Amino acid sequence: MPALSDVAGRTPLFDAHVRARARMVPFTGWEMPLHYGSQVAEHHAVRTDAGMFDVSHMSVTDVSGRGARAFLRHVVANDVARLASPGKALYGALLNEEGGVVDDVIVYRLPDRYRVVSNAGTRERVVPWLSNRAGAFEVALRERRDLAMLAVQGPQALGRFREATGRGEADGLGSFDACESGDWMIGRTGYTGEDGIEVLVPAEAAEALWESLLRAGVAPAGLGARDTLRLEAGLNLHGQDMDESVTPLESNMAWTVAWDPPERDFVGRAALEARRREAWREKLTGVVLEERGVLRRAMAVRTETDAGVLTSGAFSPTLGHGIGLARLPRSARGAVGIDVRGAARAGRIVRPPFVRHGKRVFK
Amino acid sequence: MSECPTELVYAETHEWARLDEDGNVLVGISDYAQDQLGDVVYVELPELDRSVGAAEEAGVVESVKAASDLYAPVTGTVVAVNDALEDAPELVNQDPYGDGWLFTIEPADESELDDLMDAETYADFCASGEDADVGDGDDLVDGDGLDESFDVDDD
Repeated sequence: MPALSDVAGRTPLFDAHVRARARMVPFTGWEMPLHYGSQVAEHHAVRTDAGMFDVSHMSVTDVSGRGARAFLRHVVANDVARLASPGKALYGALLNEEGGVVDDVIVYRLPDRYRVVSNAGTRERVVPWLSNRAGAFEVALRERRDLAMLAVQGPQALGRFREATGRGEADGLGSFDACESGDWMIGRTGYTGEDGIEVLVPAEAAEALWESLLRAGVAPAGLGARDTLRLEAGLNLHGQDMDESVTPLESNMAWTVAWDPPERDFVGRAALEARRREAWREKLTGVVLEERGVLRRAMAVRTETDAGVLTSGAFSPTLGHGIGLARLPRSARGAVGIDVRGAARAGRIVRPPFVRHGKRVFK
Repeated sequence: MSECPTELVYAETHEWARLDEDGNVLVGISDYAQDQLGDVVYVELPELDRSVGAAEEAGVVESVKAASDLYAPVTGTVVAVNDALEDAPELVNQDPYGDGWLFTIEPADESELDDLMDAETYADFCASGEDADVGDGDDLVDGDGLDESFDVDDD
């Protein structure tokens, strides 16, 4: 019997990708499009117009029952009680008992349930992790492998979506709002630093939606562009910028931890509070390369005190220079030296994000 | 299928070479190589007048996904480099056998070109998959893109 990872999953859009001449690559157990010819062109399409990503490999879990809210308040470090009404969503972390980041998720509050979208690569960890903690609550978990998910992103995303589908519901949504429209769910969320939506549809409806978006001028974009877009937007990638060995405090995610009310007992809280008191020593922050070249994950970063390391690195298509996220001593400021292929190159610490809505935003 | 002009010879590390009428050897990377690399965003070329040995590291081509070392196909002296690539590295993708050329070597011994592959042999070499697969999306999550060169063994 082959190992599970040898059998790559295919999303309902596999044939559509092949028709669009995608270069398909193995990615966390899935066959996914890396690009459709030019990753850089796809990146620019999202920054200047509209692009679409097949994100059907991500994990979707519906949480229902009388105990759904209490359950999610227990397992998510952000507080779903902040979702004041159906149609709101928030970003948060699932932590282990040591405060390490098991995964980062978006939780949508819908009229009759919650929906948790988590990463593809953590599915085999997260799905049992949630089930194991559900026993104490009056709650039903349902994995939605029957759905496909498309992210339509870019300044023209909403207009083109409306043109493609005739559905105008997305126009009324604010950032991190969501709505259901028949058996579709539309959320004003994304992973690019641009305006846009993420749409969940029944698997059998995915291809028609894709084709209609293509006809409306939305550019297919692959994993490559998704990575440079999210990095420019200063958004973490789980398994790279943070994982179970580090807490949100060291991962530029302290803002996603809801400390109040103090009596809310979420998984990892005790460890995280101890960590907070002892003054953690490292932070995740942004680095820009001030010479020509490309930053890559795992490059060493020298600061005035201790050294650190790049957790993500790339050439920013929007800015035209190297950018990265780095885990560095908490006190580090200003200039750094980055070990680029054996040579020390000049870099500088900046607060992410690097790019929002097509423009450079760091100082 | 990528293009392999028959008037060129090719190294296992995916550089092409062409002996020009002036006796110098023009060097670039193959269409196959640029396609495997994806969008090229940075090229580091050898210094002018540098002496290089055959198969010696002479620079680097970096794409959005990987850094790949460049090797001199023959021994000699670097007599020209393509300065246009500083502002337009995408020329390597757009025209790998033309405007995307990399550098020119004044060869010490032209007969070293005989050690390289002709177009047909090179096309077979690419098709056989003996070179490293540089198209693996897991680079995005495991960082294998770092220091990856074309001639590393399959891992």
